[in-house]
Formats: sequence, structure tokens, C-alpha cells
Amino acid sequence: MGARLWLSGTWLGLLALAALFAPWVAPHDPLAQDLFLGRLPPFWMDGAEPGYWLGTDSLGRDVLSRMIHGARIALMVALIAGTLTCLIGATLGVLAGFYRGWSDRIISRLVDIWMAFPPVLFAILLIAVLGPGLLSIILAIVIIDWTRFARVIRAETLSQGAMDYVASAQVAGRTRFSTMIAEILPNILPTVIALLTLEMGIAVIVEAILSFVNLSISTDSPTWGGMIAEGRTSVHQAWWVLVFPLFTLFLTVLSFSQLGEGLKDRFDPVLR
Amino acid sequence: MSGFLDIKGLTLRLRGGPTILRSVSLRVASGKVHGLVGESGAGKSTIGKAVLGTLPRAIEITGGEIWLDGVNLLALPPRERRRRIGATAALIPQDPLTALNPSKRIGPQITRRLIDILGWSKADANRRARDILDEVHIPDVARVMRSYPHELSGGMRQRVLIASAFAAEPKLIVADEPTTALDVTVQKQILRLINEMRARHGTALLFVTHDLGVVSKVCNSLSVLYAGKVVEEAQMHRFFTQPIHPYSRALLAATPTYLDPDGSLQPVPAEVIQEVETEVHQHAQRAGYDV
Amino acid sequence: MTLLRALFMRLLTMAITLFGVAVVVFFLIRVVPGNPIAMMLPPGATEEDITRLQALYGFDKSLFQQFLIWGGDVLRGDFGTSISLRQPVSELVLGRLPATLELSLFALVIAILLGGLMAFLGTLYRHSMAEAAVDVTSGTALSVPDFLWALVLILLFGVLWPVFSISGRVSPSLDFDFATNFYIIEAALRLRFDVVGHLLGRSFMPALALAIPLAAIIAQLLKQSLKETMHLDYVTLARTKGYSETWVILSEALPNAVLPTLTLIGVQFTFLIGGTVIIERLFSYEGLGNMAIDAVINRDLPLIQGIVLLFAALFTVINLVVDMLCVILNPKLRHA
Repeated sequence: MGARLWLSGTWLGLLALAALFAPWVAPHDPLAQDLFLGRLPPFWMDGAEPGYWLGTDSLGRDVLSRMIHGARIALMVALIAGTLTCLIGATLGVLAGFYRGWSDRIISRLVDIWMAFPPVLFAILLIAVLGPGLLSIILAIVIIDWTRFARVIRAETLSQGAMDYVASAQVAGRTRFSTMIAEILPNILPTVIALLTLEMGIAVIVEAILSFVNLSISTDSPTWGGMIAEGRTSVHQAWWVLVFPLFTLFLTVLSFSQLGEGLKDRFDPVLR
Repeated sequence: MSGFLDIKGLTLRLRGGPTILRSVSLRVASGKVHGLVGESGAGKSTIGKAVLGTLPRAIEITGGEIWLDGVNLLALPPRERRRRIGATAALIPQDPLTALNPSKRIGPQITRRLIDILGWSKADANRRARDILDEVHIPDVARVMRSYPHELSGGMRQRVLIASAFAAEPKLIVADEPTTALDVTVQKQILRLINEMRARHGTALLFVTHDLGVVSKVCNSLSVLYAGKVVEEAQMHRFFTQPIHPYSRALLAATPTYLDPDGSLQPVPAEVIQEVETEVHQHAQRAGYDV
Repeated sequence: MTLLRALFMRLLTMAITLFGVAVVVFFLIRVVPGNPIAMMLPPGATEEDITRLQALYGFDKSLFQQFLIWGGDVLRGDFGTSISLRQPVSELVLGRLPATLELSLFALVIAILLGGLMAFLGTLYRHSMAEAAVDVTSGTALSVPDFLWALVLILLFGVLWPVFSISGRVSPSLDFDFATNFYIIEAALRLRFDVVGHLLGRSFMPALALAIPLAAIIAQLLKQSLKETMHLDYVTLARTKGYSETWVILSEALPNAVLPTLTLIGVQFTFLIGGTVIIERLFSYEGLGNMAIDAVINRDLPLIQGIVLLFAALFTVINLVVDMLCVILNPKLRHA
């Protein structure tokens, strides 16, 4: 159990450091093109050029440097979009689950409507409406995914609210609001944390998908999704342009989800 | 004298943990009823499970032999062992509410094994099921066979389970606390029914229970189990007149006996408990595990 | 009677949900920057041309009026005309729906087989390394979405070891005239199993990518329910009857353990269908999702509305069917 927490934490930590210090860590300018250095293979293959560790793409841009700068965008989206989605979704979920009544009816109906949208199509549609850009991506993720939190947290709050300790807190003279803050919140926190890390992974994926359908930020910002899209078209000539960003994305998404599961196990008072 | 079921020196333990049964031996002669008595947690149900091959995976057999109808079950490969048990033995389970598959009708729950395992024809199996349900005094047999378990009462379900156990004419039946989950009025009927069926079919019975009163009504002989060990094995009459082991005496004293119609309940005397505890503790230390 | 009432309430909520979707999608895409009319006209069109076309598509009226007109049309089954493809939306959308349905159902079958097999093996070899292997595999498969699995599959079986097609629903060289758009079903009904094989081979990669996460969910939940059921008395009783462990799992435990998984599959199946949007794009599969992305890129408002409404209707209908299936399959409810 501990192993996956440490492995995923280490990978995400390294990624965060690389993203934070990207201009100093990256060996090259991620946007610098050099047509004479196009499609260089990674360092262990014949024809590799020293300094271009993971090779270059068809325009001669350094793959490693683009990945490191891509991590900046990916993690920024993950952090901001994940947190905002969590705050909004969890708040609505607690409102619906704790106060029930009309607030529950409205929120649940909204969730139903949202669930009837295919999320990827919804995201693409939103980007078309909002226009490309980092802010649009973050907004789109928040608008689409708040339901994930609202649904789970509502159910969790409902089941916690039915427990005896909540009733006894109220009998002891606590107001509803302070009962919610003092009794319910601590018990749903493990779920919120697990969902939050999961959501960060999803945010990274959504960003990649949007970059992939070419609706993301702008074509010259280095994003993992954009690199994957480029890599896919030239995979027969230069597999490394696809493989390295894909592998990084895979590992990152897996780490976020494993971190969430691990944290949940660790913080769950029942399991601890 | 060798029995129809002959357990020799059976030792079980939790995988990587303490021993639960220590060198247990007991015999059930053909057509006889042997009681297996002890407190809950003493390991009596575990013996029944070992005989029928349904031990949980967390428990492993570390020694001993289980002879059923002249074959050492533990020497057989798993698949063959199961077939063998299925063809010779049957179980009357404890809780009639959970021992029938909720998604299947009663009829097939009795007939499937006759068809699948014993190779009967469907018509024969159905006729047999109707006859045996009739034998356990179930009214409206045709309707019951078409019913789902939840449509029957607890007592009815226990009758169905008894019928199902006798359907294949097994030579040994393990009854695991078959009346514990029933209410008192039904208990007596069920007990009488088991006795009646057993006598008619000449089946050997291993009767697992914590209730000495029940044992006194059905059994020919009994083994008393305490903390994973058989502390006394005796014929019925001798046990009730001259119990040897202090734990047996304590058990008898605490049971409203069939001999004493007032049924005044004697608490187990403290010194007896002390004596038993000490003896068990010493035994445990000899066997080398923590109590 | 209560069952009928429950059904009626469900249909009512379905209608409300669909109405909500219609409202959201209608007003959302009307905020789209970029005038769709301008994109339809050749360069150098006059102001008069624009006004005429706007009147034709009703863009000159107020938003509310537009919504009423559109809603009335939709209720009559008229979803308008696609701006970019210049064909009735209903024709276009229903023409593509079979492709997406076949892909989703194929993926569902793969997910059930794969997940069921893993759950079965994990139960048969519980408390052993094999169960741990099942847990790790399903845990990983679940953590990574279909989009990434699709790319991994493209890399592995399309490029590294090219054994499967990774582009298109039908090979251009296939010589077979389809009368309907349900290619696989039609070929099977016409007993052309060579064509069925060809089609299944073509859609195996996208279907597998869609199936992997669902298979993992099925494996986890079904294994958990199976293991819980394996402790129950009637399963123990079945073991004493001489049946093999495999038979005990499949015949005694499975029918009672499958219900929660079935409910979950219902919910997850709609997620799977939602996934077709990007998966079809990745594999150039000519389905509804691929068309939807083109529609968004081309700002084809009537087409976008039609597709989103169709997806929403599909999702709600599936949820209803699953709920009804659960009632039918539960003997306690059935006889109540």
C-alpha cells in the first residue's frame, strides 16, 4: 500500500520540480526550430545528436525540452482546474446532501442533465464557445466535472448525515451549520481528497484531448496533447515524438489516481 | 471398531497463525448418531467443514486423516475428493434463511445434484424430490417445488434442506446446529423429523451442537470439544451418569438436563472453570502457542 | 400498479432531463463567436445575401423565439438542416448512429467478457498471487482513460506489431453492398461471416480501447460481490454436493452476485458511449462522435444540437432499460 503512494508521489514531485524550473532544466528552447536537425532519434540510436536526449520532431524541436515545458501547462491546469472543480462541486454536494429539500432537488436535476452530455463533446463545445486558451480549458473542466464531486459528496454526506453521531450533535444543541462543519466535513474529507487527486489526473487528460483535437491553447505552445497529435501523424518515421509524451502522460495520470487511492486509504478513519 | 466416518489426529491451523484443532480423533459408526459438543469457537463447526471439504482458505490442514467409507479423503486430489464427498455425504446447515440459493426455485435446488453429480434422469430426480419432500411432511409439494426460497417460512425451508440432504441417500449427514436458528416450537419438530428420517434411511449422523439437551435426545455417543481439543469421548448413557472431564461436568451442570424436569440452571462453578482454564493453558503451552 | 407509477415518474424525469439538455445546448452554442452564416458564403457575398440566409435559418429573430420555433420543430421530428453538409440533420445523425451503436455494443461485449473472466479468475484463485495480479491489472486499467489506452493500442498493434487496422470502419477494398448502416448486424443476418470477421477486426482496436476501463470496473466489483457470495451458506452447501469450484462460482454464486455489477454496467455504458467521441476521432471511425467534432469545428449549429440531443436521449433510455432489467432479474422484486 505504501509503495504506490511513494512511487506516484515521487513521480509527481519530480514532474512538479521540472515544471517549476523548466527554463533552467530544459536543455533547449522548446519552440526553437531547426530544419537541419529534424527527426533526430533519441540518444542511444544511430544518428543521434548530442544534447538532444530524446530526439527532435519534424521541425527540429527538442522533444525533452517540449515535454518539460508541456509539464508546466499540464500541472497548472491540473492544480487550478482540479481545485476549482473540487471546491464548487463539493460545496454543492454538501448542500444537497446535508440540507436536502429544494436545494437537493435543483442540484440533483442539474447533475442529471449534465450526465446526459457526452463529456468530451461537451468540452469541445465549450472550447468552441469560450475560444482557445488556458483559461478556457480550466473553465471547461470546471463546468463539466463539478458533477463528479457533487454526486459522490452528496451521497457521502447523506450517509454521514444519517449516522447517530450527527443526531446526537444536534440534540446537544449544535446548529445545523456548525454540525455540518464540525461533524460531517471531517468524515467526508478522505473522499474529497481522493476525488481531488483523481480530478487532477482527469484535468491533464482533458487538456491533452483538447490539444489533440487542436482546440487547446495555441499551436506553438508545447503541450503533451499537441505533441501526441503531431507524433501520431509521423509515428512511422519518428516514433519517439509520440512515445515519450504518451508515456509521460500515462505515468502522470496513473500517478494522480494511485496517489488519490493511497491517500484515501491512509486518511480513512475506518481503515486506518 | 472402525467407524463409517473416522477422523484420526486431525490438526488444523490458520495459515501462518495459531493452531485451531489439535489432534482431534472421532468416529461415527454406520447408522449411528454422534454428537459433537462444545462452546461456540471451540472448533466443532470447523470439524464438520473439514469432513465436507468446505474449510475456508485461511485454514490449512497440517496433519491427520479423515476416512469416509474406507477412503482417506485427505489423500485424494481435490476434484475427486469433492465428488466422493458429494456422493457419500450431505450437510444439514445451520441457518435455513441463508442456506438456499435465493435466485433458484426449490425443485431444481434438490434435483440438480441428482442429475449433475449422480447422473440420474430428470424424471427420476423430480419423482425423488417429490417423494422426499412428502416424507418431510411438506404440504402442497408441487407448489413448494415451484417456489423461490423467500416465499417459504423458516421452518419450511429447514424441512426443504433436510429433504435435500436425504435426497441422494447419503451414508453420512453432517448436521451443523440445525435447530439453533429456529424458534423453540419449531426446534422440537425439526429435531423429531431429523431423527425419524435418519432412522428410516439408516444414515449415520454427525450432530454438531452446543446444546446438550438436544444431544441427549438424538445421539448414541458424543465427543466434547474444548479449545480445539477433544476432552471426552463417550457413549451417551455413560456421559450423563459419569462424566470424566471437569469441563464435561461443568457443561452438564450448566445444562437444564432431560433428567431433571425442573430444569433448574446451575451456573458453572468458578473452581471448575479455573481448573479447566489451567488445564487448557498447560496444554496450550505444551503445544507451543499463545493463549 | 406501483410499478406502473414508478415507470411513469421515470418517464417524466427523463422528459425533464431531455428538456434541460435542449435548453443548455441551445443557449450555449448561440454564444459561439464566429458567425456560421459568414462561413457558408463565398467571399464577396453582399450584406443582402447574409440577411437572406439569416432569415432562412431564423437567426434574425430573438433567442427566445428561435428556441420556441426550434423546440416545436424538434417535437415534430424536424431537427433542421446541417449548415456544413446541407442535408437534413435527422438523416445525417440517424445514418451515423448505427456505426456508434455497433462500436459501443462490441466494446460492451469485450468489457463484459474480459472483466468477467478477470473476476472469475480472481475468485477461483482468491487469496493467492493470481488474485493480486488481477487487482493490480484492474487497478491500472481503471486509472487510465480510454483515450490513452487507444493511443497505447495504436502504438502497439498498429505500429510496432501491425496486426490490426487502426483507421476506418470498413476497408476500402471490401466489396460488399450494405443496405443498412448496421454493417455487422446486417452481415451476420445475411450469413456473410467473412464480412462480419472483417468488420469486427476493423473495429477491434477502438472497441478494446473503450472496453479496457469498463472491464476493469466490472472485474473489481464483480470479484468483490463474488467473494462475498462465496462465504454464504448456500454456496457452502453446494460445495458439499460434489460440484467443482468453477461450477459453484458460475452457477451458484454468479446469479446472486451479478446484480450490483449489472446496475453499474448500465451507468458505465453511457460513459463508454460518451468515450466514442474521441475514440472515433483517433481511429477515423465514421460514427456519430467523429461527426460531432467536425460539426463543432465547422460551427454547424443544427447538427451539433441534433447530435447532443440524440446522445442525451440514448443515455436516458439506456438508464431506463437498465433499471427495468434490474427489476426483472431480481426474483424478490418480480414476485412482490
